[in-house]
Amino acid sequence: MRALLALEDGKFFEGESFGAAGTRVGEICFNTAMTGYQEVLTDPSYRGQIVTMTYPLIGNYGINSLDQESHEPHVRGFVIEELSEAPSNWRSEMSLDDYLKKYDIPGIQGIDTRALTRHLRTRGAMKACLTTEQMSIAQAVQRAAEGEGVIGMDYVKEVSTPKIYQWDPEDKLSRPWSIQNGNGDNKPKLPPIRFRVVAYDYGIKQNILRLLRQKGFGVTVVPASTTAEQALAQNPDGIFLSNGPGDPAALPYAHQTLRDLMGKKPIFGICLGHQILAFAFGGSTFKLKFGHRGANQPVKDLKSGKVAITAQNHGFAVDPQSLPTNVEVSHINLNDNTVEGMRHKELPIFSVQYHPEAAPGPHDASYFFSQFAELIEKKG
Amino acid sequence: MPRNKDLTKILLIGSGPIVIGQGCEFDYSGVQACKALREEGYRVILVNSNPATIMTDPEFADRTYIEPITPEVIEAIIDREKPDAILPTMGGQTALNAAMELYRNGALARHKVKLIGANAKAIAKGEDRQLFKEAMLRIGLDVPRSGIAHSVADAHKISKEIGSFPLIIRPAFTLGGSGGGIAYNPDDLSEIAGRGLAMSPVNEVLIEESLVGWKEFEMEVMRDRMDNCVVVCSIENFDPMGVHTGDSITVAPVQTLTDKEYQMMRDASFAVIREIGVETGGSNIQFAVHPDTGRMVVIEMNPRVSRSSALASKATGFPIAKIAAKLAVGYTLDEIKNDITRETPACFEPTIDYCVVKVPRFTFEKFPQADQTLTTQMKSVGEAMAIGRTFKEALQKALRSLEIKRFGLIGDGADKEVDLETLRLKLAIPNAERVFYIGQAFAKGASIEEVFELTKIDKWFLRNIQQIVQESKNLGRAPVSGDRKSGFQHPGGDATRTQLLHAKKLGFSDRQLAMADGADEIQVRAKRIAENVTPTYRLVDTCAAEFEAYTPYYYSTYGDENERRESGKPKVMILGGGPNRIGQGIEFDYCCVHAAFALRELGFETIMVNSNPETVSTDYDTSDKLYFEPLTLEDVLNIYEQEKPDGVVVQFGGQTPLNLANGLKAAGVPIFGTQPESIETAEDRKLFAAMLDKLGLRQTPSGSAVSTDEAVGIANKIGYPVLVRPSFVLGGRAMELVYNEPDLRRYMANAIEVTPDRPVLVDRFLEDAVEVDVDCISDGETTVIGAIMEHIEEAGIHSGDSACVIPTFSLSQGVLDEISSATKAMARELNVRGLMNVQFAVKGDDVYVLEVNPRASRTVPFVSKAIGVPLAKLAAKVMAGKKLRELGFTSEIVPKHFSVKEAVFPFLRYQGTDISLGPEMKSTGEVMGMDVDLGLAFAKSQMAAPPPLPKKGNLFISVKDTDKESIIPLAREFLKLGFGIIATSGTADALAAAKIKVKKVFKLHEGRPNVLDRVKNGDINFIINTPSGKIPREHEVMIRNAALAAKIPIMTTVRAAQASANGIRSLQKAKLQVKSLQEYHHE
Repeated sequence: MRALLALEDGKFFEGESFGAAGTRVGEICFNTAMTGYQEVLTDPSYRGQIVTMTYPLIGNYGINSLDQESHEPHVRGFVIEELSEAPSNWRSEMSLDDYLKKYDIPGIQGIDTRALTRHLRTRGAMKACLTTEQMSIAQAVQRAAEGEGVIGMDYVKEVSTPKIYQWDPEDKLSRPWSIQNGNGDNKPKLPPIRFRVVAYDYGIKQNILRLLRQKGFGVTVVPASTTAEQALAQNPDGIFLSNGPGDPAALPYAHQTLRDLMGKKPIFGICLGHQILAFAFGGSTFKLKFGHRGANQPVKDLKSGKVAITAQNHGFAVDPQSLPTNVEVSHINLNDNTVEGMRHKELPIFSVQYHPEAAPGPHDASYFFSQFAELIEKKG
Repeated sequence: MPRNKDLTKILLIGSGPIVIGQGCEFDYSGVQACKALREEGYRVILVNSNPATIMTDPEFADRTYIEPITPEVIEAIIDREKPDAILPTMGGQTALNAAMELYRNGALARHKVKLIGANAKAIAKGEDRQLFKEAMLRIGLDVPRSGIAHSVADAHKISKEIGSFPLIIRPAFTLGGSGGGIAYNPDDLSEIAGRGLAMSPVNEVLIEESLVGWKEFEMEVMRDRMDNCVVVCSIENFDPMGVHTGDSITVAPVQTLTDKEYQMMRDASFAVIREIGVETGGSNIQFAVHPDTGRMVVIEMNPRVSRSSALASKATGFPIAKIAAKLAVGYTLDEIKNDITRETPACFEPTIDYCVVKVPRFTFEKFPQADQTLTTQMKSVGEAMAIGRTFKEALQKALRSLEIKRFGLIGDGADKEVDLETLRLKLAIPNAERVFYIGQAFAKGASIEEVFELTKIDKWFLRNIQQIVQESKNLGRAPVSGDRKSGFQHPGGDATRTQLLHAKKLGFSDRQLAMADGADEIQVRAKRIAENVTPTYRLVDTCAAEFEAYTPYYYSTYGDENERRESGKPKVMILGGGPNRIGQGIEFDYCCVHAAFALRELGFETIMVNSNPETVSTDYDTSDKLYFEPLTLEDVLNIYEQEKPDGVVVQFGGQTPLNLANGLKAAGVPIFGTQPESIETAEDRKLFAAMLDKLGLRQTPSGSAVSTDEAVGIANKIGYPVLVRPSFVLGGRAMELVYNEPDLRRYMANAIEVTPDRPVLVDRFLEDAVEVDVDCISDGETTVIGAIMEHIEEAGIHSGDSACVIPTFSLSQGVLDEISSATKAMARELNVRGLMNVQFAVKGDDVYVLEVNPRASRTVPFVSKAIGVPLAKLAAKVMAGKKLRELGFTSEIVPKHFSVKEAVFPFLRYQGTDISLGPEMKSTGEVMGMDVDLGLAFAKSQMAAPPPLPKKGNLFISVKDTDKESIIPLAREFLKLGFGIIATSGTADALAAAKIKVKKVFKLHEGRPNVLDRVKNGDINFIINTPSGKIPREHEVMIRNAALAAKIPIMTTVRAAQASANGIRSLQKAKLQVKSLQEYHHE
């Protein structure tokens, strides 16, 4: 079946449909990671977006139940060069095609994804329409132009948990899994819980929760709309701010909550959580031309001088000029020198723009979870 | 400043001659290292015995020592040059071993030289199996399970602990691991362990779990002194464990691991490089993963740049060796810029948006007696790499890059018909052609399950191959050109275009499309272009288009956008040599690189086309544009039509581009330099003979025959022995020296493809003639001799396999003058613009022309280094229209020092093959020995191509009857040199008759200890053994192979033995001196 991908500026690609049928409109972005399409699909931060993978061969290892980053995929549409017909991996349970059909997400394959990527790189992020329906190119372009973008969008409310819950109370979901020993039952035991944290769910990835638990945190996940008062009522040792989709400027309620929390508890934020913190500090963000999405972004820790290869997925960045003097930039991206981390000079607050939890991506930066524990310990 | 200021002089060790397992990838890494270090202001001292390398060009180092890579020689260099540090990680295993020797013998400490890149402790830990295994267990990584048994009961106990069959049993301390085996069940285990225990002198066997059939992966990792680590490239092997990675088809990036699995492998890789302690630089780490459970074990690591890192550099655009050199002198990854994107740092992990496939190149046809099964010991001699947007496209491109007359996986007109039984064997037992047989199996309807059961190749790869086969069948049903009268008529142009485009995206060549159509390739091409199905060129940019890329490194694919850029400059395209193989090696890449440098100097934009990832020519720095593409007519014409260069250089890349010359010319492509017609004249027997007659030059009597009787008739007329060979072959394939009619009849009966347009050539063979090679340059007005080289071995041994000397040492001035004027006359007659090589035979005072090649020859780099003139560069400029007068090269240079080139052979790798030399080329590489004394120059060449000449000991002589007379004075010389002489009855009697003191030794059947025992016991230090005929006596081969295994030097010709005697005399008299190329050529 034919599928059409039309961009708001009139550029279009004709290919073959896979996954579900239908029409979807959203901001289109590209991810340069060569592995990890399942984690990308299920990362809530991609809410509202059509994602293209720059690596051309996708679906090679199928889909398995362990590599989910949330309970369902969030992308609006999926754009690839070639879909693997026969997934091959000892953990594969389902093909990518079947998976997208199951969750009613349309995909397009057989298009020149490098040409698309180059277009987005030079023209910047834009809206797109992916359709398998009978529609003229002009109509599809029109649909793209009329669609909602990311600027000013609060997608958080779509992905945040509706009610408070305890993460993995029975310690069933958090144990680190290893290929070294295969899929056996010899996974390492989890440490006892030393600290209790409240995690604001702006669209949290499960690997963050797994890693928090692995580092000895008991986690209470709360909706994004939870007030400071409600959060503090849980009597946590610290506050964690998650990743999430959309425009950080469009979340005034979250900015306010954080202002109320600052100084009361140690805070650690990731990605959207980091951007919301910037607003709470009185700073602001700006939209990057085409964002950072991939697993090979070099980030320098300005204190130690060490470089970590990081997983990233963000379309906005914190404006360093907007930050007050008591907040310092702790990490920068070596590709474009944008802010990748901040630290409050007086209060126990720090945040990173990228994804120390990886999934997909390298594990170089996972030490932040331990740092969070140290920060709490010092303050406690 | 990050750069280490404690250092000023750095010694770089090269990898020596090209051998199996060490190809020209170490020239690529060495060149990058030299450039990187000099860029930083260090003085670079280089030692490498291989003259065919770019790195040994005098402008790449401050001091270039073309000397043997031995601890004594390197210490002599250290003593002269006083370097502060040695960088041992760029020259493969050879350099690492040499550095470790210098460490162990205390030379490093004595001269206060440190190792940079990797220290001795890290090297030892990475290389020693036991230390490595312990280290891996210490950091919690898994390794193959194993245990040591001293009884069969032990063995069963260990087997239970390991928990699964098959098991590998390796007896301790048996020669070549003999007595071992694979046990598939407990009964096997009892039997093999029992036998192994009995054979082991210490009654010990190692029981190890077998990983055969597991998935195999490689990670190319870099680390800097700040402990920043990055993975440059991940590689997945198509062939599972059991086949050496150098012999496997490999694919980048990893295809069948999820992100979780990949990241764990990445974490493990960093843990390994940290634990082994490689402080800075690159390492290659290999893993095996169980296909059903995902269990991951570490196999090995190389604490240095490697063949895989060269591949990874070419696959990603990330120059590992260059960066490794900078890291070794103190930089950190974030301080180095990525050349390709310019804006972003080298501290990142390349991400690619294409698929890379490497396919090994084998030359079993040269060694018919060798076991052709692929095992854990590497047997391939080269490799081709291809890039495509899909695995299917990349695989088919790589297969047509191999230069084995294949134009894709299947349906290219070269499919082999085999029965099912054979097919099953060809799938189950790894072999060079297995990938084609997999295609055949699918064509015959095999299921993926069935093929998987036989091959254990991952089903993802198998499904992709099945898709190619399916498409091939579709093509057959619906021909794309649509105009075949009897065939299926396509409904409309659009459908044709869609189908064509689809086939092209799967990597099908025009040849395959033509075969499916019953059309010819040119018709398909025309149709394709008419349908506007032409390739687009993409950049290899390290970042999947995330950033702008500035380095014009391209590959073709059939997509929407063409990223090729136009510079507006005059352009020249240089065609490279494709994969290395015997007869076509690094020498041609050397010439292509020189062409690129020279033509750039003249203001041309240079465009390189090649498919060999090991080479300097495929470094994106070498030329202005690099096309990593197959060297087929289709692919080259595609690039030509994009670039429209002012000229194409075909005479530098060896036979590969020459084979394209006519096709290119026919398509209207302007050929630079000597025209294809001249090449034709030189290659066509009749035209060539006519030319020699016209010029009044002497040639050996000859004829060409299309039948056995005709061949016998010719031989009777011109006289035996005769040299017989098929027409149009390179490297002496299927060439044979025949002494009598029965042998000639046998040859003709076995001769391949004898047809009227492909006759067998019969030449009178000149016995005991001296062979001479000449390289010259001509600009159409002036011809200058580069060098006249005198071969050590007599005529009849392939020139690529002979040792040769510059300047000549036994030829009269009259003969030299005749050679010189004959060469010039031929260059004029052939209208040569560029390089030409001539081979002569000199018998007495008579000079015969054997053959002429109006192109760059294998000896060009050797000559250039011997005389201190870059011949290939000058030739490239001449081809672009410059005159030798303008270039300042107008007369022959006869150096005052001697340069000896010696060939290096792969016999140890191909057990069971005979080492005797003949008209068929067998060597993989070469070394050069230089000295003012001829004997020492020869001795150095032997030292560089071990085993070295002994200074004393026992000499065993066994020569054929015709040599018994000439051996007598030689035996006297050896006696005088203090050698004891040992011989078997025939030779011993001849020597005794000449009153030479000789010790008789038993022949094999005469009793014991026989000669073989003496060889194995180390009683014999040097052997002169001239083979008695084409079919050697069995015991000769056994003796030669035993000598090979025991590393005893063996000379198979009287002239080589004579040169050895001279060398030994010089060695006894004088201490070995070293001297750099720069010094030789400034005197």
